[in-house]
Amino acid sequence: MHRIAHARSGDKGDIANIGLIAYRAEDYEVLEKYVTAQRVKEHFREIAHGLVERFELPNLRALNYVLHNALDGGGTVSLRTDAQGKTYGAALLRMEIEVTDGELT
Amino acid sequence: MIRIANGQGFWGDSLEAPLAQMRQGPIDYLTLDYLAEVTMSILQKQRSRDPGAGFARDFTEMIERGAHEIAGKGIRVIANAGGVNPEACADAVCSALTRAGVRDRIKIGVVAGDDIFGRLDDLLARGIELRNMDTGRPLSDVRARVRSANVYLGAYPIAEVLDRGARIVVTGGCADAALALGAAIHEFGWRAGDWNRLAAGIVGGHAIECGAQGTGGNTQFAWESTPDYANIGYPILEAEADGGMVITKHADTGGRVSVPGVTEQLVYEIGDPRSYITPDVVADFTSIRLEQCGKDRVRISGVEGKPATGTYKVSISYAAGYKAVGTMVYGWPDAAKKARIAAEILRARLDRLGLRFDGFHAELVGANACHGDLLSGEPSPDLPEAMLRVGVRGGDKRAVERFTREIAPLALNGPPVVTYVGGRPKVEEVVAYWPALIPKAEVTPRVTVRESNA
Repeated sequence: MHRIAHARSGDKGDIANIGLIAYRAEDYEVLEKYVTAQRVKEHFREIAHGLVERFELPNLRALNYVLHNALDGGGTVSLRTDAQGKTYGAALLRMEIEVTDGELT
Repeated sequence: MIRIANGQGFWGDSLEAPLAQMRQGPIDYLTLDYLAEVTMSILQKQRSRDPGAGFARDFTEMIERGAHEIAGKGIRVIANAGGVNPEACADAVCSALTRAGVRDRIKIGVVAGDDIFGRLDDLLARGIELRNMDTGRPLSDVRARVRSANVYLGAYPIAEVLDRGARIVVTGGCADAALALGAAIHEFGWRAGDWNRLAAGIVGGHAIECGAQGTGGNTQFAWESTPDYANIGYPILEAEADGGMVITKHADTGGRVSVPGVTEQLVYEIGDPRSYITPDVVADFTSIRLEQCGKDRVRISGVEGKPATGTYKVSISYAAGYKAVGTMVYGWPDAAKKARIAAEILRARLDRLGLRFDGFHAELVGANACHGDLLSGEPSPDLPEAMLRVGVRGGDKRAVERFTREIAPLALNGPPVVTYVGGRPKVEEVVAYWPALIPKAEVTPRVTVRESNA
């Protein structure tokens, strides 16, 4: 997905959020169609253990994912290197999505 | 039009950026964000040791270095540097200005009243439960271990001290984006009801509140072609009375102000974009329009806002046990396999000792630490080295201390080709974060202005 999108992620307590942004306006719909909350929950199943919510910001060609119970207790509690989810945006870009012919031009 | 610069994205950010913002081009306001979720608990600890401490000392040092710009150029400085002791911070600012010889020219505004630590028992007794916004649990669960409790105040108290002539404004707990909005309210007289303009001010404030993250720093978009990181310019918000906003930076600085870069910052640390809740307005991020309107200039328009809610957010910190993290480095061949086996050995030894922990975590830095095994896959047996990073946490301090003694022995009694780095880990107290809401009627911001001849 890193070929068509960039991302930034951060924390609030034990919640991580990932903003996923299409480079091109025409690719936003591809992200919206394929990168569902369920897909993201599955992708992060090893490090995020709670509900995943998705919010759409078509005006910014962006999707915002809110991952609950995602930071081993949160910034100060966590034993992880990435206690604040700063690299989760890049982790999401490692997801592969299969599109049908013509969806990416 | 006013220029609101940001020179600090968190406590620990560049010491030079605030000065560069004042020296490298015209600005009217300098806003500095020092407070993160857990900063208050650190400052609380400092104040418990020294009643004159508990604020961001970086700020008062910066004031002394920049005193002549502040006095000579008429720049107004707004900072949430007061931490848990805004009055002591203001005292230190007075001293810094006196040393610089400009105290007689500058009034200092102080915004306090955010600290409700001393009122917690009264609030709880009256049925204000301060439930954790994430877990729903009442604060009484952890009351005895609470270390700090601060309300995120809004922009109006900042505007009020600016109205009364303050040139330096020191606040305690305060919403990050309210620092910039306070300046706009002071200049333009926006009031409750001007929801779209207030929301525009919040969006502009959010775009600049993380410092260089708004101007190409820590930005994925086209990062390799980001010009001159070494001299990166911090963001400047050009705000108009009608709510028009442009994000830019000083000429002849590094970094980049682009639509994709500003978008990354706008989606940073948000929840539901239709309701970005702040003390003074609820902003709808799905209404934002961005447009490149010149080199290193991005216009924000179309922002819509809704009335503020009846509550403030409270940031509460509480003691939550202890933790320690240690590291060992294993070398080729099969470096990752050796590191994994070392972690298993360590765990078995802790079990044999009868030690129990709330958390045990082992990761291989360079292989799976940030993204986990599922995404990272099996590391190559040809990795030149792998760093094992292993930690525990729990309520029993002695157990955590005992853990720290079990790392080094692995250098001789575990897998081979190993080097022990970093020394014996330190046991740290864990201070956890408890977000809650409080009715606005329970909180009275306290504003004072120290006259320039004081």
